[in-house]
Amino acid sequence: MMNLAIEVQGLRVVRGGNPVIPGLDVQIPRGSVTGLLGPSGCGKTTLIRSIAGVQVVKAGTVTVLGEPAGSPTNRGRVGYVTQASSVYSDLTVRQNLDYFAAIYGAAQSSVERVLEEVGLADRGDSLTGQLSGGQRTRVSLAAALLTDPEVYLLDEPTVGLDPVLRRDLWQLFNRLADEGRTLLVSSHVMDEAERCHQVLLMRDGGLIAHGSPDELRAQTGADDFEQAFLTLAERSAA
Amino acid sequence: MTRTLATARRVLQQLSHDRRSVALIVLMPSVLLLVFRYVYDSAPVVFDRVGPQMLGLFPLIIMFLITSVTMVRERTSGTLERLLTTPLQRGEFIGGYALAFGVAALVQSLVSSAVAIWWLGLDVEIPWAIVLFAILDAVLGTALGLLMSAFAATEFQAVQFMPLVVVPQILLCGLLQPRDMMPRVLEVISDVLPLSYATDAFSELATADGFNATMTRDLGLLLGFVVASIALASLTLRRRTA
Repeated sequence: MMNLAIEVQGLRVVRGGNPVIPGLDVQIPRGSVTGLLGPSGCGKTTLIRSIAGVQVVKAGTVTVLGEPAGSPTNRGRVGYVTQASSVYSDLTVRQNLDYFAAIYGAAQSSVERVLEEVGLADRGDSLTGQLSGGQRTRVSLAAALLTDPEVYLLDEPTVGLDPVLRRDLWQLFNRLADEGRTLLVSSHVMDEAERCHQVLLMRDGGLIAHGSPDELRAQTGADDFEQAFLTLAERSAA
Repeated sequence: MTRTLATARRVLQQLSHDRRSVALIVLMPSVLLLVFRYVYDSAPVVFDRVGPQMLGLFPLIIMFLITSVTMVRERTSGTLERLLTTPLQRGEFIGGYALAFGVAALVQSLVSSAVAIWWLGLDVEIPWAIVLFAILDAVLGTALGLLMSAFAATEFQAVQFMPLVVVPQILLCGLLQPRDMMPRVLEVISDVLPLSYATDAFSELATADGFNATMTRDLGLLLGFVVASIALASLTLRRRTA
């Protein structure tokens, strides 16, 4: 039990009368990178919000690090990065990070460390609103890195980034997992499955597959994940 | 406490990047007072009687608007949702806002009171009490803005709460007609509106020689309204949303 970072049982979420997640179970082990893949609107963000403890859920339990999702103890141990870069566009990058460092009680020195980690060391004094979308996303990610949480919930952190940066970020995610952190990373780019320890394929609010990239390839006989997703989606529909 | 201060500092930093808003906050009440003064150029007595009211009213309106729009922005940008997943407490968050805009209110009130008293020749016996109530009114505007922002889904709606929340109070506060001369129903309504007590205090200040019991009562009631609004506002921050 203790090697599970996240455990979701019978999760049901209804938004505006529609069952966005009709009923979902999943277990995510500690020290791993889990990719949450699926098309836009399939419920990825709702699932991540439920695990972060900010989503009103209809039924089911979500346990993170042995505590109910969103519990006060978890607030310093779980880093949640929303899809829209939730940082202040009218502050400089460093002012944003100084603020989040103060909230988390992190040392001021960690601000320079995380700027380095997300490749924004030279943009510390830029106004966040004047950065590109991808740079803003990295400021948002940097704010989560400040506290060195045990669990990272990252909603589409690599969207719109150039391939070099995407590779660097995935290397960072894998390094964090090697250090024992647990990462749940959503993406609608199927090829990013390759860089994860395990992959959750989501469609219409349910999981259509769960396994390592190799297992999913073996199951479907497909080489690329775009094709694997199609095969699995057709099978689950049949 | 550190997180409250950090939040206040962050809000002021955001404000400092917006020079135009800073200029508007600091100078606008003074400019409006100036206009008001010359509207009654031929009857300076009226300015002495109603001027102090304006000194309290303008900051309330301006701080209400600024606070509610800023808070709606915080709610819609996702930053509030994120902050609520951190160790930051709701009271610390709201307290930080109240503190930051309280500082802005202090600067604004000092400037507008100085302009009114020394430049426009507003005749009052206890200028420090004018400043005190002007600050309190501005903080009240902030507190009401924090509370009302919970009911606005967009910045557009937040701006429209101004006529809803502030204008009825202006009509009923005793500025246009003494409250005890209004129909009973309106008088009872005005009893529970904070601006009535602010107006009452400024009316006293316009004529009184010293700080009297009425002002002490008004001060206490206004502080009560501020604390109650801030407490209610922090209850409107929901960690979980649909």
